Amino acid sequence: MKTIILQMALPYIRFILIFFSVITLFRGHNFPGGGFIGGLMASGAFIFQALAWDVNSSRKTLRTQPSVLIGSGLMMALLSAIPGILTGKPFLTGTWVKIPLFADHTLKLGTPLLFDIGVYFTVAGVVLMFIYTLMEEWQWK
Amino acid sequence: MTILLLLSFLSAIWVPYMPKILNKYKGSVLASLPLSVFILTLARGTGLTGMTSTSTTYEWIPQLGLNITWTFDGLSYLFLLLVSGIGTLILIYANEYMKHYPDKDRFYTFIMLFMASMMGLVLSGNLLVLFLFWELTSFTSFFLISFKHEYEKARQAALQSLLITVMGGLALFGGIILIGQMAGSFEIADLMEKSGEIKSHRLYVPALILVLAGVVTKSAQFPFHFWLPGAMQAPTPVSAYLHSATMVKAGIFLLARLNPVLGGTPQWMILVSLIGGLTMFIGAYLSLTQTDLKAILAYTTVSSLGTMVLLFGIDTQASIEAAVLFIIIHAFYKASLFMIAGMIDHKTGTRDVTLLGELWKPMPKTFIFASLALLSMAGLPPMLGFIGKELIYEAKIQVPDIAIILMILGVGSNIFMVWVSTMLGYRTFIEKAGGMPKPPNENGWRMLLGPFVLVLLSLFFGLYPASISGFVEPAISTILREPATVYLSLWHGFNQVLLLSILTVATGFSLFLLRKKIIPVLKKINSALFSIRFADVFNKLIIGFVSLSKKKTAVIQHGYHRFYLMTIFVAATVLIWFQIYYTRGWNVDVEYTRQPYYVIALVIIMMGASLITAIAKSRLTAIISMGVVGLGIALLYLIYSAVDLAITQILAETLTLVLFVLVLQKLPRFARLSSRKSRIRDAIIAVAAGSFMTILVLKSFHVNYNHPISDFYVRNSLPGGFGENVVNVILVDFRALDTLGEITVLSIAAFGVYSLVKLNKLKK
Repeated sequence: MKTIILQMALPYIRFILIFFSVITLFRGHNFPGGGFIGGLMASGAFIFQALAWDVNSSRKTLRTQPSVLIGSGLMMALLSAIPGILTGKPFLTGTWVKIPLFADHTLKLGTPLLFDIGVYFTVAGVVLMFIYTLMEEWQWK
Repeated sequence: MTILLLLSFLSAIWVPYMPKILNKYKGSVLASLPLSVFILTLARGTGLTGMTSTSTTYEWIPQLGLNITWTFDGLSYLFLLLVSGIGTLILIYANEYMKHYPDKDRFYTFIMLFMASMMGLVLSGNLLVLFLFWELTSFTSFFLISFKHEYEKARQAALQSLLITVMGGLALFGGIILIGQMAGSFEIADLMEKSGEIKSHRLYVPALILVLAGVVTKSAQFPFHFWLPGAMQAPTPVSAYLHSATMVKAGIFLLARLNPVLGGTPQWMILVSLIGGLTMFIGAYLSLTQTDLKAILAYTTVSSLGTMVLLFGIDTQASIEAAVLFIIIHAFYKASLFMIAGMIDHKTGTRDVTLLGELWKPMPKTFIFASLALLSMAGLPPMLGFIGKELIYEAKIQVPDIAIILMILGVGSNIFMVWVSTMLGYRTFIEKAGGMPKPPNENGWRMLLGPFVLVLLSLFFGLYPASISGFVEPAISTILREPATVYLSLWHGFNQVLLLSILTVATGFSLFLLRKKIIPVLKKINSALFSIRFADVFNKLIIGFVSLSKKKTAVIQHGYHRFYLMTIFVAATVLIWFQIYYTRGWNVDVEYTRQPYYVIALVIIMMGASLITAIAKSRLTAIISMGVVGLGIALLYLIYSAVDLAITQILAETLTLVLFVLVLQKLPRFARLSSRKSRIRDAIIAVAAGSFMTILVLKSFHVNYNHPISDFYVRNSLPGGFGENVVNVILVDFRALDTLGEITVLSIAAFGVYSLVKLNKLKK
């Protein structure tokens, strides 16, 4: 299924998918979106490449193993639990830091964000692991 | 105490990383740890009178009643001294004994771990924590028995002991939970207060039986005694330490600990003393026909443990005194005898008493220590063992109902003990040798130190029995829960007990002289009587269990995906039907509101699409119409303003499509494989499941008894979670633990797919 159109369009599509996946991830707290959806979208970018070229090229662009993504994602999600524990609250209680920006805007950073990023990576890693494994098994061309 | 305990655990981890210079002296270096525990305990214990008990409590999971409580009282004092004291000697001994073994580090790691868990066990003031350490000793024991894991026998023995002790551990856990339910606490101090309440509770007997199951398995009581002789596959320091002096005493310790809580009832007396009495007799009897030094010692250990259990069962002041004293006596002589057996094995290359002989010439020092220890085992003066035996006889005479049975069992097993001790000493040290693989020579001081110290103590306490009461009294009064004073002396005057002693020794000795005629007869009787060997029965049971599980798995996990699905749907339908039928009835009264026309159109399209999926003639049609259904659901989500769900649904749909495209080429031709009959069956199941699901959804409007929790989330999302998207706030904040679980499951699934696909290939 290698068409030159797909292959040429790939860099743009990939950029758009990843760009929007990150936006989806960060807007998730106030608008529809979040780590799960973002992760699925991000994995879509690499799946697309694997379909347009092959798994190896997709792996090269990813630069790391899906298992690393899964591991680091889970680790981030777990790390986000630590501030809550340290302050003596139940496991995974959100902790927030407010950083005042210009005018009356404040930037609120909290462990749930870290948690969501963890979800993002885990989901992306899991999907990619599925797809890569199956594609390699069946020698998808 | 906590610090020392932690240190012990840490030292176990430290073993492999010790500097190389210490390589030769690892055992001696490590011995400094139990030695310091010993000294500290002694220091803390001086002036310890019976009733004092200091506890430190750290809360762990207070909701479960699980606190780390260290209790330092008479009982833990005595056991701590034994564990650390004998531990020190054993480590020094092991330093020499294990010199030429590879994997010394593994041995030291596990023995340190064991030592730490044993200390934890005797210090625990909370039953749950005690159980934790109890299990730890079982595990470390498993690793130590299987130390020579190249040998099939060692592995088997290790597995057997693990299965038995852990099985008992499980029962004990059940018993502990029952006790906790009855008393509302797991703190032993609280339990003692509520002892009366527990004993009159209707769950008392089940709890007692469960706890005893733990004790019986751990302390190798009949009919689970067989794992202990099997455990002799372990290196000798392990046998000396775990399987004679400490671990098997954990059961005894628990009996002593729980005696104030559970003891004193007729059930306790009968059960405990019966088990103990039987074990005492059988163990001593079986030791007669053994020829392996360690096996002989193992069976006598079984017998001694039986004696202790029996004494706790009799549960009078005299019997408890005797039991506590006997714990010390037995630890002294058995540990030294095991160490001596190890030395003999080391020097001569065999442990078979038929081959050994005339060792008194090359090993005079060993001979002296061994004979003193054997004297103690036989219960002869001037050793401590004599005093112990006198006390035991005294305790047995005092039992009102079952005195005669106990006397017969007791005197019988003591006769056997005298007999086996004389025989053991004679055959190894005096009799003509049967051909030893290596010419023997005397042992070095490091090896002799252990037996020397222990035998000397045994002799000293035998001659000056008053000096031991400082160690025994606190323990006894802890168990009895009232101050106790013990008067011990070597010479009790000429009385019934002494008469019994003389009778015992005389009979034992004459039986020894007649052994050439009796032993072959015994062997014949044994082979007839014990044609069923417990160990074999147990092994067969395990094998049978495994094959049963295999068969069961083959039936349940048959591997046909369609039947799995069918099972799930049918089971769910039946359960829903049952629930609705019995609790609510059929009438569904729902106010139907008119939905916009596009929703109706969408639903009709989805229904059509799913019908097409079911009857499609080509795979592509089926996949695409499935996609229509999925996207239809996504649209429905959108219409009812669940945007997040809609996006997720669309993405998941897309991914599914990609996966299908991947699979498409590889699948076999799309064919109608199922018969008409099975298709009709499937249709019926599908319709039934679908309609029950519909009814359930309709019904669910009415089952919101409690105020829906969603309101809370909506109200608190912005102030509490700083987010306007409630769904996301729920996912990453309110119910983050659920999400964490979900992503963990996802990861496991991913690795599962990976390993199924990739590893299968590697095998080929």
